[in-house]
Amino acid sequence: MPSQLKVPDRVPIALLYNFFGAKYGGITCEEAMYDLDKLEAATRKAIVDFDIDLYNDPFGAISLGPMLEILDDKRVKWPGHGVPVDATYQYVEGEYMTADEYDAFINDPTDYVLRTHIPRVLGALEPLKMLPYLPGAYYLALDLLLPVPFAMPEFFLALEKLAKAGQESLKVFSKSAAFRQEMAGLGYPPMFGSVGWAPFDYIGDFYRGTRGVMLDMYQRPDKLLEAIDKITPVIIKGAIEMAQQSGILKCFIPLHKGLDGFMSPTQFNTFYWPSLKKLILTLIDRNICPIVLWEGDCTSRLETIADIPRGKAVYWFERTDMQRAKEVLDGQVCIMGLMPSSVLCTGSQQDVRDYCKRLIDVVGKGGGYILNGDIGIPDEAKPENVKAMIDFTKEYGVYK
Amino acid sequence: MNIVGQRFAKGEYFIPDLVFSGEILKGIVQKLEPKLKAAKGKEAKRLGKVIIGTVAGDIHDIGKDLVVFMLDVSGFEVTDLGIDVPAQKFVDAIKKTNSTVVELSGFLTLAFDSMKETVEAIKKAGLRDKVKIMIGGGQIDDYVKNYTGADAFGKDAMAGVSLAKKWVGGM
Repeated sequence: MPSQLKVPDRVPIALLYNFFGAKYGGITCEEAMYDLDKLEAATRKAIVDFDIDLYNDPFGAISLGPMLEILDDKRVKWPGHGVPVDATYQYVEGEYMTADEYDAFINDPTDYVLRTHIPRVLGALEPLKMLPYLPGAYYLALDLLLPVPFAMPEFFLALEKLAKAGQESLKVFSKSAAFRQEMAGLGYPPMFGSVGWAPFDYIGDFYRGTRGVMLDMYQRPDKLLEAIDKITPVIIKGAIEMAQQSGILKCFIPLHKGLDGFMSPTQFNTFYWPSLKKLILTLIDRNICPIVLWEGDCTSRLETIADIPRGKAVYWFERTDMQRAKEVLDGQVCIMGLMPSSVLCTGSQQDVRDYCKRLIDVVGKGGGYILNGDIGIPDEAKPENVKAMIDFTKEYGVYK
Repeated sequence: MNIVGQRFAKGEYFIPDLVFSGEILKGIVQKLEPKLKAAKGKEAKRLGKVIIGTVAGDIHDIGKDLVVFMLDVSGFEVTDLGIDVPAQKFVDAIKKTNSTVVELSGFLTLAFDSMKETVEAIKKAGLRDKVKIMIGGGQIDDYVKNYTGADAFGKDAMAGVSLAKKWVGGM
């Protein structure tokens, strides 16, 4: 394992595909999100043709069309539904939890999510707000109160839609399981089997929105910290359970709001890093390898984030200074990524080889580097550039 | 707000400081609005006109909105075309407003092609030498600038303002 900082035979190639596999296989993003068989064929081709070392299972991240549609998800625009058929799905920023709902969230996240958040963000499940406060319906009140909404036609319709979405979800899971098995037979291991979030991002991305969570750092810092404290063990539990269920002890943690410029060093050390570090350390303790995607430029954070056990995690970087990253993390944390999307999408094959050489010379020196695009392989990457990157790495990236 | 912009450019302030300053400013303007209306006709002179929008296919607006805010408080007259803006809409807006600066925003890699197409549409309409075009967004660098045919790229909101000031002053 390169994450253990041993020197491998050559620089490993782990390419995260989002819609690149679909586009390479000649299908639209819309087809990829709705047609499991077409996505399977396209992804297989993109893994086998490029013969990469580690792949990501595409189904859970892409085959979402039927569920988004049936559940009427208000937070996402997807191909053919708000964005062009050949564009990736995109998150609609919003304050999906208002500032005055912090207490409800902190006091009982499950109740808040079930009766306030879900009815707000999933149109088809709006009737869930008819449910009684469940811990308040105890002993005989349970018999009396709980069944009431189920007698209402609109609630019943919501349950039917939920069941329909569930059938679609099951198809995705069974396709995914069969695909993993097939890939294992062909000798391709998966990159990760679990996903986790920085608790600050969890609150900021899904509930308060970017603007909301940024204002909260000034206007209600105690509430924000309380919510982070409350949700951290929940995120840790979810990430561990998902890894154990999948049997793949690697957890992907994409980060969004802690990068340079997005908060001050003091804010990073107060709101962002402590809870994220707790997630990373707990995963390591459970023998799960965290693969942390530090999006944007995190050069100023390097000294702080180096403080984790040696040889147990992968730090995936986008625009962080490669030289500084190697200097600070060498012998401590395995580095991944750094191949710019701009070069893969707009550069020449020679540009790709030149950049790749720098990466292998600087970051690959002495091991501890896994090749990947800075945010994975961009959907619009030129296939000939991806091929040039792989061919060059397989030749030049050999450790002698 | 000038001080906020300067501190941001110097690395003393960060994006949350911009957002919070904006919130404070909004509160002040709301309080002052009745008096400002009474004193109308004395509108401050604007530095120049800028058109901005997130290019076709991309619906991200946080970065663009920050640039709009900083341009506005820096004294520019800003036409914000919103998100997922087709190339032709930029062309129409240049004709309508006579703006000399166009700023194309994009967060996703699909924006590279949309930016290129927008620059080409402006060229085709015969307006390329009338405007300076900058691009911005998390993935943008010199490779993308060269690919799209834009004049420059801005790393953050204040870089976008500095470029616009330089261009307006020079034209």
